[in-house]
Amino acid sequence: MSGAVDAVRCVGLVHRFGDVLAVDHLDFRVGSGEVVGLLGPNGAGKTTTIRLINTLLPVREGTVEVFGVNVRSNPMGVRRLIGYVPQQLSIEGALTGRENVTLFARLFDVPRRERADRVREALALLDLEDAADRTASTYSGGMVRRLELAQALVSRPALLVLDEPTTGLDPLAREGVWERVRRMRDEHGMSVLLTTHYMEEADELCDRLVLMHRGALQAEGTPSQLKAAVGPGASLDDVFRHFAGGELRAPEQEGLRDVRATRRTARRLG
Amino acid sequence: MSVPPVAPRADWGSGVAPRNAVALAGSRIVAFCVVEWQKLMHDRTELVTRAIQPVLWLVVFGETFSRVRAIPTGSLSYLQYMAPGIIAQSGMFVAIFYGIQIIWERDAGILAKLLVTPTPRVALIAGKSFAAAVRALAMVVVILLVSVVIGVGMTANPLRLLGAGASVVLGTIFFSCLSMVIAGLVMSRDRLMGIGQAITMPLFFASSALYPVSMMPTWLQHLSTANPLSYEVSSLRTLLLGNPGNLWSDFAVLTVAAVLGIIAASRLLGRLAR
Repeated sequence: MSGAVDAVRCVGLVHRFGDVLAVDHLDFRVGSGEVVGLLGPNGAGKTTTIRLINTLLPVREGTVEVFGVNVRSNPMGVRRLIGYVPQQLSIEGALTGRENVTLFARLFDVPRRERADRVREALALLDLEDAADRTASTYSGGMVRRLELAQALVSRPALLVLDEPTTGLDPLAREGVWERVRRMRDEHGMSVLLTTHYMEEADELCDRLVLMHRGALQAEGTPSQLKAAVGPGASLDDVFRHFAGGELRAPEQEGLRDVRATRRTARRLG
Repeated sequence: MSVPPVAPRADWGSGVAPRNAVALAGSRIVAFCVVEWQKLMHDRTELVTRAIQPVLWLVVFGETFSRVRAIPTGSLSYLQYMAPGIIAQSGMFVAIFYGIQIIWERDAGILAKLLVTPTPRVALIAGKSFAAAVRALAMVVVILLVSVVIGVGMTANPLRLLGAGASVVLGTIFFSCLSMVIAGLVMSRDRLMGIGQAITMPLFFASSALYPVSMMPTWLQHLSTANPLSYEVSSLRTLLLGNPGNLWSDFAVLTVAAVLGIIAASRLLGRLAR
């Protein structure tokens, strides 16, 4: 993977759900080895953007490239470069931690002779070796998130895509996830694209932030650049409010996708 | 965080060389079958609870109707006649509700993760339907053993048993794909449960599982001809009991139904992913 090629390059990206414009001519990039955070209120288009980049939604207008590979013309090539952790806690509770990770090693064609070692390595990276042979239904929320990271990392992806990775986690578990993401970046030069609602997380973890509102890019820069742009002593919360706070869109304009996803998760978890 | 970007380590982010389509599909089928087997091994209670209904069909319905002698079954006892039907039925019952698992995986975000792996949608559906077949086969082994215990004389020829297994696999692939097609249309576990319950008994009764097609009214005979369960039952009777039949046409229909099922379900998978 060449260091000169951007990890993600979006140009003129547009996506509509029926009449609702979810992503509006979005241009942004994630440099190789960068940790970039997508910020914005609910319905800003963050998750839709992530789903366009990771091939879950078809790119109909605009261009998306992952390490120079076009998402539209070579989605399989893109998938081989990505590790993805969705918003929901998405593990198979009936399997052990090791079995959960092994499944993804198989699906990413990790050669059989390397598979056991790679699974062990991923579990060790996330400090899950001791719990590896317990069924995942016995894991805490923080452990489940770490297990999902292990699943995403077993293929040694060039780009890690995290959709609200710490939502619902207690502060300790959240800190644990941050620490692992930092380690991935520092030790392996992995590029990371994440969405978050936590300004503290964005400040701690991200090299650069992309602030979205109503599907469009509102501001882009390092956390300190964005804070300086708003005014002396401004926090990222102030930045968020400045660019999106005054005109949050009504839920019916968001297409209710986030609300539906939240309800589905609530039903599943009882 | 203001650490300057670092270059990726050589062995990270290098991806894995693409495989040919057949090897790719084969590896995904193996992956999902292994997972299904592991889940079954972690919780074996389902094997027992799901076996109760087919065993009741055999022991209560089968034994009773064997005494009535109201159904012409040729040289076979009624219990022998219906045992392959109950075996096919137990596989179908496992398969027809398999779509619920897909909807659960969608709600849990698991489906999104699977779709972001280098797995073509056809291979994902094929893998899932073979996985359903693993569960169905485990169930069928239980029903076969119960059948033998209650005196249904069946073949011990390993090749014929293998053929019977293949028939159950093809039937399960079709019915699990039918379930996944319905899942892609209704997008809700509750609705799929209702539809599944509504269609299982009509599929069962509109087949040759319990009585010969010749006994049915004409309209039901037409339905039976279009019902893959009839061909699965017919092939099982031929293979397990030596009943005369046309294995080639039975397997041809089951194979075509399975392939069409996989294609249809994979076309609808995108709806579930959105």
